[in-house]
Amino acid sequence: MRKKALVALACCLGLSVLSGVSPYARKKVDPSRQFHKLISRNQRIAHALDRLTFGPRPGDIEKVRAIGLKKWIDRQLHPETIAENSELGQKLKILDSLSMSSEQMVQNYPTPQVVRLMVRGIVPYPSDPGRRAMIQKEVQRFEARLKAGQNPNLPEPPRPLNELLSRAEVRSLRTGTPQYRMAAFEALPKETQDQVLVSLPGGIRQALFTAAPPDLRRRIELTAGPQQIVSRDLQEGKLLRGIYSNRQLQEVLTDFWFNHFNIYLDKGADRYLVTEYERDVIRPHVLGKFRDLLEATAKSPAMLYYLDNWQSVGPNTALARRARKTRAERGLNENYGRELMELHTLGVNGGYTQKDVIEVARCFSGWTISNVQRGGTFVFNPRLHDKGQKVVLGITIPAGGGIEDGEEVLDILAHHPSTAHFICRELAQRFVADDPPESLVDRMAKTFLKTDGDLREVMKTMLNSKEFWSVGAYRTKIKSPLEFVAGAVRAVNGDVDYALGLANEVALLGEPLYRKVEPTGYSNASEEWANSAGLLARMNFALQLGNNKVPGVKVEVAKAAMDLGSPEFQKK
Amino acid sequence: MTNRRFFLRNSALAMVGMGRAPLWLQRALYASDAPSPRKKILVAIFQRGAADGLNVVVPHGEKAYYNLRPTIAVPRPASGSDSRADAAIDLDGFFGLHPSLVALKPLFDRQHLAIVDAVGSPDPTRSHFDAQDYMESGTPGVKATNDGWMNRALPKEQEPPSPVRAVALGAVLPRSMEGRNPAIALESLQAFQVRDKQAAQEFQQMYLDCKDPLLRSVGRETFEAVSLLQSVRQQPYAPAGGAEYPHGRFGDSLRQIAQLIKSNVGVEMAFADIGGWDHHVNELGQRASEGQLATLLTEYGRALSAFWTDMGDRMADVVLVTMSEFGRTAHENGNRGTDHGHANCMFVMGGPVKGGKVYGRWPGLEREQLYQQRDLALTSDFRDILGELVARHLGNPTLNGVFPGYTPKFLGLV
Repeated sequence: MRKKALVALACCLGLSVLSGVSPYARKKVDPSRQFHKLISRNQRIAHALDRLTFGPRPGDIEKVRAIGLKKWIDRQLHPETIAENSELGQKLKILDSLSMSSEQMVQNYPTPQVVRLMVRGIVPYPSDPGRRAMIQKEVQRFEARLKAGQNPNLPEPPRPLNELLSRAEVRSLRTGTPQYRMAAFEALPKETQDQVLVSLPGGIRQALFTAAPPDLRRRIELTAGPQQIVSRDLQEGKLLRGIYSNRQLQEVLTDFWFNHFNIYLDKGADRYLVTEYERDVIRPHVLGKFRDLLEATAKSPAMLYYLDNWQSVGPNTALARRARKTRAERGLNENYGRELMELHTLGVNGGYTQKDVIEVARCFSGWTISNVQRGGTFVFNPRLHDKGQKVVLGITIPAGGGIEDGEEVLDILAHHPSTAHFICRELAQRFVADDPPESLVDRMAKTFLKTDGDLREVMKTMLNSKEFWSVGAYRTKIKSPLEFVAGAVRAVNGDVDYALGLANEVALLGEPLYRKVEPTGYSNASEEWANSAGLLARMNFALQLGNNKVPGVKVEVAKAAMDLGSPEFQKK
Repeated sequence: MTNRRFFLRNSALAMVGMGRAPLWLQRALYASDAPSPRKKILVAIFQRGAADGLNVVVPHGEKAYYNLRPTIAVPRPASGSDSRADAAIDLDGFFGLHPSLVALKPLFDRQHLAIVDAVGSPDPTRSHFDAQDYMESGTPGVKATNDGWMNRALPKEQEPPSPVRAVALGAVLPRSMEGRNPAIALESLQAFQVRDKQAAQEFQQMYLDCKDPLLRSVGRETFEAVSLLQSVRQQPYAPAGGAEYPHGRFGDSLRQIAQLIKSNVGVEMAFADIGGWDHHVNELGQRASEGQLATLLTEYGRALSAFWTDMGDRMADVVLVTMSEFGRTAHENGNRGTDHGHANCMFVMGGPVKGGKVYGRWPGLEREQLYQQRDLALTSDFRDILGELVARHLGNPTLNGVFPGYTPKFLGLV
């Protein structure tokens, strides 16, 4: 009685009753009980599709029922046994940077450094007219920035539209529907077309883009610049896979693990390294051993660049000593060492100290990138490596080691109980509930430790748990922007010609793809997405999609907009 | 990381429906000329990524600073006519502003800008995520707090509060503003609406009827704010006093905060953030006035200065405060950058501010003076500053509700 009165008084005054705990704690209906109540048989298939895919397409429930839920899940856990959707292959084909190595990408979509070499006449301009147009544009921008004088190596500046075309031709490009302008463009002779593309003002280019067939769209995109292409291909690829892939769980997991080992696309050389990173480092390992995934990220030029380890130099090396004398700038960098433990493995409360951060950074000194501006490959450079003794989490790593110092750190971290718990909690948070039951996390962690970090086995433990199939999990999460946008297109069986418009929407909703600056990635706790700006953006997207106003996407369902913008559709 | 957001909130417009339009609404709807007590406003800016306070407010009188940073120190202010565009801008003979913050010097001189140095969160974490979370929850070291300090700091209302009394610019609501009081995230004023009128009404009904309490309360807040901001959205906005906001998200955010405040729709708290301060590599260019930090500080300084100019007399009601999760190592690292450190500096600006002064006790940069022998030590808690603004500027006396378990020590900033 007295306590009640005190609480009431405290609330009125805005006081906190317990130090450090807000008085506005969630009124809970004993949440643990919700995880013991199972959902109905009918709900199970819908739930599986909600959580293990980017949302059901019309007819998916029946399909899964026909195969059998258990068998369907088993197939999703073995994506290699699922034939990939041929339509996806068709749609990805035009996004050619997605299948290139980083080195090929630099050749085909040159970095600013390479473009500069072309301007200086050291590297020849590409012979393909589309690519030459792309470089031309790039050089223009470059020159505009530098306001440089005469340079004999410059490509011809683009000619104004009215020099290339008759007045009537210009008018027909400027006015009318995109389809009409498209026809006017296609009526031009092929040689003129390429010149015209470079000279087009933004508005006309945009109009043509929306009506163009894929190969012309590519030629238009090329004029936006090589870096733009790489970033567009990545974003479009992610959406197309999310929407069309038959290996849905693999794509959901690729999204999860990329986010776990997040990299920011716009950090310098990473613009050319992320494609390879997602394709060769993340996706092949999402149902494999955690240790392999961890090592693949540790040795990826993308991660080495993003978390600065490629520049880290052991403090006890001859190089560092010389640098100190000349006041040059080479020495230890803690960035990777810290995030490796805080975000990739142990978690912030996983039991490491600042001393451990430094020791781990010393172990990884010498893990660097060769040729970073030309595609970049991982190398271990013993001259940069601190060969002294290190102690990591109480384990001594003897002096005199080389690359194996870092590898041993990966061993220690990958098999640490804190890592098992941290990784499993994140997975449970993504797949089960924002605040997942500890009992489930513990069982998953046990599997993790028992199976040497076998991620497929961990997923199985989760998918065989009562918690996953419980009332506490069912439709309690809010879709992330990516899940919402991809899910909306799937729900109405939209036909995606190109996904750039969709990618822009995902960014507007608060989740710009490949552009989370911080190494934390986006939160797995879905309530973060419930806010006014996000809700409005979702309703507006629903209206646009339902009314066929999203560029590149066609839908046939008439009444879809209100359903897609409804509260119910925001949940999964 | 338990569920933080699950608060049942009051409905403001429900009261209007009952014929009791609150003051802010009357003002907004009828643009009443009658003088009314204007609310005090607090604007908080978060510099995400841990800004390097030692290169923002430069202790140029400290010899150790130059020893610790052989290649990335900001040079001492030029004496006399020999002015180098590259050197620190002297403030008081000991501290100086980074040269790219030149736009803020007039504010300091006119005593509208105060600086607090060696300030920050006492929690030893060097994790960006944890440190931001602690600073935004206002409870360093306590993870269980499920709301943010700004939300708790909103003064208790006698009348139904404006749905936009707490506004954060951005696509997601920051931790600082989460809580039981209505708070909205707003990406841009233009985008803050459902573009189809008919659909807007239907959606509104759907969200009001929705069974999910979180979506229902966020939905209700959203639609209340949308209808209130309709008139603001329709008016073209020209910043006053020739203020020129820099291009980019941060400048846009501050311009819209100014617009909202001047529209008298009941804003009491506003929040904006600016990222990109995590300079582990090449923090400065060849000169202090070039490179990553300089570029960012230029944008930052110009935006703050434009806001001040634009707000004009209204600045009498406004205090703006800046913070960053922690400072950076006192010594430079091996790549002309700095790693994660401890104490930092905060800016406090506005009409009521006793500016033109660097507050806080300076702990020194000699090895034994450093925190864990590597970082600037802490002599003020960030809650000392925020607490003083909440109590003395906003007039909310219940500080132990805002910063539970801590008693802020006021520095006399306002």
